[in-house]
Amino acid sequence: MNQPNELSRRSAVARILADRRDTLVVTGLGSPTYDCAAVGDHPLNFYLWGAMGSAVTVGLGLALAQPERRVLVLTGDGEMLMGLGALATVAVKRPQNLAVVVIDNEHYGETGMQRSHTSAGVDLAGIALTCGFRWTTTVKQAGELDKVVPILHTAEGPIVVVLKVSSNRDPLVLPPWDGALLKSRFRQALLDKSRG
Amino acid sequence: MTRRAPESDGAQSGPVVAADVQHWPNPVFHKLREFGVRHVTYVPDAGQARLIELCQACREMEATVLTTEEEGIGILAGAWLGGERGVLLMQSSGVGNCINILSLAKVCSFPLLMIVSMRGEWGEANPWQVPMGQITAENLRLAGVIVYEVTEAEAAAPAVEAAARIAFNGGLMVAVLLSQRMLGAKLFKD
Repeated sequence: MNQPNELSRRSAVARILADRRDTLVVTGLGSPTYDCAAVGDHPLNFYLWGAMGSAVTVGLGLALAQPERRVLVLTGDGEMLMGLGALATVAVKRPQNLAVVVIDNEHYGETGMQRSHTSAGVDLAGIALTCGFRWTTTVKQAGELDKVVPILHTAEGPIVVVLKVSSNRDPLVLPPWDGALLKSRFRQALLDKSRG
Repeated sequence: MTRRAPESDGAQSGPVVAADVQHWPNPVFHKLREFGVRHVTYVPDAGQARLIELCQACREMEATVLTTEEEGIGILAGAWLGGERGVLLMQSSGVGNCINILSLAKVCSFPLLMIVSMRGEWGEANPWQVPMGQITAENLRLAGVIVYEVTEAEAAAPAVEAAARIAFNGGLMVAVLLSQRMLGAKLFKD
């Protein structure tokens, strides 16, 4: 069996978001949403609290509608596994401004830490690459992350970075879950309007 | 959609034979353009093949083929966050794939315009299509979707117009169901 992963998800996400500038962020339900909220709430964060499997597709739609803005999807291994087809759909569209981070603790944290497919070796970065993503990598050490963060924010997309993180639980940090509010404030901040 | 000439032995009011219904895709396409629909997400579908072709050929539209229908709900939510409008084109079987993800549009009040070509609804030859086709409208309504059922080709564009206005002005989910009465049924014959 593999060595346990040591990377801390919270510090990894904090490291990534420290350099976000005006990046538009979409998070997958569960821990990635809390990790992102722990860094600090932001009107250009769109948190998913459900619709499991949709983080990458929401990011894709946003990336296609806002080609001049960087779009970052932060999601987990379980959420990504439920929407694997989305990786193929993204690869076909090839949005240059889309980056996906999979925070992979190899477990379902919301439901009692049952093991996910990635704990048995399913390789999400490999899947994305063979779908046709421009670049993918798997990060296991904090030192590697320092090299990957600038790539994550600037490299031509679509790219996937899988962070192999510890399965330790972090304190819950809950952002707003009023979906209509999250939507409207995002549009207000991005478009300076709330109606379409 | 499978297009067939009426069969010569179809003397009894043969409802399952496709009429020449190619006059509906153009008006529907123009309605989508009129409403500023840019993102056209779809799973390939014979019934809407012509409409999909029109959208693919339109430089102002972004056509995105999906592996499964619920991807379109996410993409259209993201597009709306980015200030743009879209539509999801699919068969009724795809409605079943969408059910949980409809909660995204519902809870966030994202507009969601869907055009659904029916299978298993009227004179379907393939029994495997019937279970989902018979519960499509009811499932959509249970999920909070406004449903317009269209049985005649000339009613398609007005229904799409009505649906688009309600969806985009109100942040609501609206589905236009195109009946096999207008599309015809696939007969599995060469």
